[in-house]
This record gives sequence, structure tokens and C-alpha cells, in this order.
Amino acid sequence: MLLVHCPYCDETLPELEFTYGGEAHIARPENPADKTDDEWRDFLFIRTNVKGPHFERWRHAHGCGRFFNAVRDTVSDRFLTTYKADAPRPDLAVLLADASMKEPSK
Amino acid sequence: MTHFSALSLLKNALTGQKNWQAQWPDSQPKSEYDVVIVGAGGHGLGAAHYLAKEHGITNVAVIDKGWLGGGNTGRNTTIIRSNYLYDESAKLYDHAVDLWEGLSQDLNYNVMFSRRGVLMLAHNVHDVQSFQRHIHSNRLNGVDNRWLTPQEAKEFCPPLNISPNARYPVMGGALQMRAGTARHDAVAWGYARSASQRGVDIIQNCPVTAIRRGPDGSVEGVETAKGFIRAKKVAVSAAGHTSVVMDSAGVRMPLESYPLQALVSEPIKPIFPCVVMSNTVHAYISQSDKGELVIGSGTDQYTSYSQRGGLPLIEHTVAAICEIFPIFNRMRMLRKWGGIVDVTPDRSPILGTTPVPGLYVNCGWGTGGFKATPGAAHTLAWTIAKGTPHDINAPFTLDRFRTGRLIDEAAAAAVAH
Repeated sequence: MLLVHCPYCDETLPELEFTYGGEAHIARPENPADKTDDEWRDFLFIRTNVKGPHFERWRHAHGCGRFFNAVRDTVSDRFLTTYKADAPRPDLAVLLADASMKEPSK
Repeated sequence: MTHFSALSLLKNALTGQKNWQAQWPDSQPKSEYDVVIVGAGGHGLGAAHYLAKEHGITNVAVIDKGWLGGGNTGRNTTIIRSNYLYDESAKLYDHAVDLWEGLSQDLNYNVMFSRRGVLMLAHNVHDVQSFQRHIHSNRLNGVDNRWLTPQEAKEFCPPLNISPNARYPVMGGALQMRAGTARHDAVAWGYARSASQRGVDIIQNCPVTAIRRGPDGSVEGVETAKGFIRAKKVAVSAAGHTSVVMDSAGVRMPLESYPLQALVSEPIKPIFPCVVMSNTVHAYISQSDKGELVIGSGTDQYTSYSQRGGLPLIEHTVAAICEIFPIFNRMRMLRKWGGIVDVTPDRSPILGTTPVPGLYVNCGWGTGGFKATPGAAHTLAWTIAKGTPHDINAPFTLDRFRTGRLIDEAAAAAVAH
């Protein structure tokens, strides 16, 4: 089971308290009427589905109830960070450097 | 290659089983093929078999990053059925069931297809209504499916708990008698042996790192761990890793990859005569020929490539199994595992051509690809050979996510895959 850190409650809690909310930072179109079919497809259906660090949304459903964002490695399922929904997208290079420093020595 | 028969079994028994040949050679890649198939699961190997057998195209390589049949083909719960709601899906999955019935003869390999019937349980009024709608829709499409009362369901599957006080009361069920199970490994091995016998190279432990495209945009071949392999036609049949492979060709896919878990119990004597699925509580169960109860769970909530999945899902599934079949509540579970399944937004597969000339794709089967193996492979081979969609796979285009012509099995209530 994953342990998820809620940035609002500032607690690390079992996955069962949370619901997954899909890929993060997908902005709604500002002028929907101007969008082509290709752009609608990309917005609605195309996902990065990355094998590696993934920017995603979670909701603390059985806690504060709020949505937040996370960066999780989809190979190891390890969270690199979680951050509040209105925070800017973190720099992946910095996160990865931090993570490698915290990695236990082999 | 030895033809398997009662006579060949007897002959080898008399000579101490010392003269069996390897069923397929472990090939090294040539520099060029007519067709390269990425992914040596049932779907990819099957496509190679049908390309060779039905279209005479034998200069084919099937390349896999691991060993053949080591992905989802070897990890699923082997359920075969075709009782899907929509016309397009019913045609596709029923085409597969038609092929399953003759597959052992076609391959000269016993895939142990067992038409033991799949019973889908209804636990509430919504289930009853939606299953009855499925039954009517199936009958209009010539797909067998019928309604059982709780007593009839109990007669068909004696371990079932139909007590009105049960945690998940059984209000009836939909039974497809043509449905059942097959031996998953044998499907991969049978297709591999047949394809290889006809000249197809099966290249294992050789990851495809990228698909290379020429200046005109069409496919030139694949980059692999063993060097570049030229091919004018490349078909991607890579399940959970399809997004990763297609990305390298510059095609972004409407897919998300999730872990799907299954588990087996200790082996016991034959007790469970059919397959029972409960979509509402997400539990699927049958008994293998080895005697293990084979139990399938739902997908984890988050995308992942980890091939593990979390314990809460297993707990939930096993709890449901114990409620529906109290007879099993002291069984011990032996093993659990996960596979990575590629899920589309409408829960229907993507099968056929792509915007890239020479690039074909067979993906998006989500949690239910095994049942479709022969049908998907057969129509994919047609599409690769002719360059155009087969009547049956034509609706399952990648383009439907632009046009909006979705085949929305996800919204078709009570669909499990």
C-alpha cells in the first residue's frame, strides 16, 4: 500500500484515505468554441502515461477532502513530492537530484 | 517439427522421452524483415501465425523485451467470453470465441479451451436490469447468453451462497455457456511453435528501444538492444508498454497503464465447475486444471508500470469471494502477482492502422485482452497484410477519439473486462 503525504494536513497516511485523480496540470481550454477536434482529443483523451516521474492529482477523500498534486515514479511507485493544488509545477531535475541524495547508499 | 498426436506420444514414451525437439528456436535478428511485431504475447505471436498461415507472409520477426508469453499472457485469469453490449464489441469478441473453438486443431497444440460457462452475478436491481439488457442485446447479435434465477444459478454452481441474508445477495445471473477458460501459456507456446514452424523468427530478451521513421514519415524499422532492424511494416502489440513504444514513433496514445492483480489458492480437488464473475464487487473466480482457485481482482486506482499493485485490492476481492462462496473462507492463497494493462477512455481496444504509414497497433485491451487473443491476432494479421482494416476491427480505430465515435463499453453498466 502506498503512503501518501497530504500537503494540507501535513501528514503521511495510507493510500486508502485517498483517491487518485488522474494526470495533473491539464488546463481546461479557455475558449472551448475555438478548439479543433484534434485539440479536443488531446485535452480529453491523450495522456502522457509516462514510465517514470508522473505528475498526478490525488484527493484526500477521507481526510480534508482537498485535491493536491504529486510527482510519483510509475516504475517504483515512490512519491518524489506532493504539493498544493495552486502551487506551480515543480522542476523535475531538482526533484530527481533531491531524490538521488536521499537514496540509501548501496 | 514433430506433429503432436497419440502416435507421437506413444513413440516417444517407448524411447524414454529422449527424442522431443525444441518447439521453436531462439532466433537472432536478421537485418531486415517484411514485418516486425513488437511484443511476443498471445496477440503478437498469434498475428505472426495468421500472417504466415493465411497471408503467406513468413519473413516476420516477433520481438520481445523479455521471454515470450511472459507479460500479460502469462498473468491473466484466462477467462473467455463474448457477452459484450455493443454490436461492434460483440462481433469482435464472438469472432475470437469462434476461433478459440478450433484453435487446438489449428495449432496442433492443446490450448485446453474449456467451455465451462461464465456466470455473471447480479447483486442489486441495477445489475438485474443491465444484465437483462445485455442478454437481449447479445441475442440480437447471435451471442448466447441467458438469465438464471438464484436457484438455477445455485444448481449451475453449487458453492454459491444464495441466502437472502448474504452480504452480497444473488438476485440472478447471466450465463454464457460458450464461454470458459483456456490454458494461457499454451496459447503463447502454440502460436509461437506454429509461427516459427512457418519461418517466423521469435527474438526474445531484446527490447525495442524506438521505432524509426523515414523522411517521408513512414516506418523504416525498429531500434533494438541488438541493433537496428529494417522493416516497412511494424505492428505494436505491447500491452501496458504501448504508450512508451508508440511515443518513440511520435504517436501519442489515449492510454493509461494500470496494475491489475490476480492470485491463486493452494490446489484442491475439483469443486468449482464454471467461471463466476461478480462485477459489482469486483471478484472473478474459476478453478484451474491443476486445482488452484484462480481469482482476479480489479485495477489499482493509480497508473503504474510496477507489475505489483497494492494489497487493499486483494483484501477486498478475497473478502467478496468469502462472502459469495463461504465454503472457501479457510482456503490459503499461494501466490499473487500483477500485470500492467493499457486502458482506453472507452474501455474498447484500438486495433488497426495509425496515422504513420506502415505502423499498426493492437492495444487498449485493458483488463480483458486474453479472451480476444485469436480474434485480435487474426484481424490484425489481415490489416497488416492488406494495409486496410478488416470488417471486424474497422470500428476500433485510433481516430475514434477525434471523431467521437467511441465504443463506450465503459459506460455500458456492469461491464467487467
